[in-house]
Amino acid sequence: MTVGPDAYVVLSAVLFFIGVVGVIARRNPLIMLMSIELLFNAANLALVAYARAWGNNAGHIFAFLVITVAAAEAAIGLAIVAVTFRRSRFVDVDEASVLRG
Amino acid sequence: MIPFAILAVLMIASAVFTVTARRPVYSVVGLLANFVCLAAMYLTLQAEFLAVIQIVVYSGAILILFVFVIALLSSGVRPFDVGPDRAPRILVPAGIFAALTLIAIAWTAVRAPVSGPAAAAPALNGTAGDANAFGSVADFGVALFTTNLLPFEVTAFILMVAVIGVVLIAGDADPVTGVVRRRKRAGQREPIVKSAS
Repeated sequence: MTVGPDAYVVLSAVLFFIGVVGVIARRNPLIMLMSIELLFNAANLALVAYARAWGNNAGHIFAFLVITVAAAEAAIGLAIVAVTFRRSRFVDVDEASVLRG
Repeated sequence: MIPFAILAVLMIASAVFTVTARRPVYSVVGLLANFVCLAAMYLTLQAEFLAVIQIVVYSGAILILFVFVIALLSSGVRPFDVGPDRAPRILVPAGIFAALTLIAIAWTAVRAPVSGPAAAAPALNGTAGDANAFGSVADFGVALFTTNLLPFEVTAFILMVAVIGVVLIAGDADPVTGVVRRRKRAGQREPIVKSAS
């Protein structure tokens, strides 16, 4: 392995904070959800990099579980976006302040 | 070293494009490029099964779900454009915060590298590409279905809860009473097949 795990962890940190800036700075709910997917993937990259560095595939299992949780999160988040948009035609999460039933 | 550098540049560029794109469809394209590059990055880490899962689940399922929702929402009154961003009001403090934390993490990762038995050259069972090598399907499957069987079953439960939640949130029936609400939707069409009454 010519590239050490440090490089992968630094890349993972870069991707994570690009995603954090996306979640903070954008107001389109779909792009915010996609930024959250970026966060999941950055964490997965760090997990797989450490699994390779230690020669232990528990990191792979954990990344697999994270992918599953990300799929569930995307499905529920998109359902909420669709329902809220159907009700009030918003494209701005600041306008979606009425989420009580 | 060369593949890692190329993939890293591509991943950062596509992530920045995803975050800064004007329309959600462009963001989906950037995210797709990011996921494909991440799958290739998994291959450089000998995580073959995870690379395939990354393509199948993320690029094949989650991104298609995003595309469907975008198509569903924008097929109406007005194009589903991006609203006004919080930038530049909050972009500068967010960027400063992100940069500071990034520097802290990078500094820590360089100062305190991975120590322990695996730091120099981890002894992996098998060479890459073998049927039972580290990260292959057999290796992953044995670990998933023996040591980590309970987390795997909990995963199934999580997915079931997600499916039920989506049906309750987005379905037409009221979650408590089960009564189907009649909504007035703009531009609701007549049903194509009229029921013979």
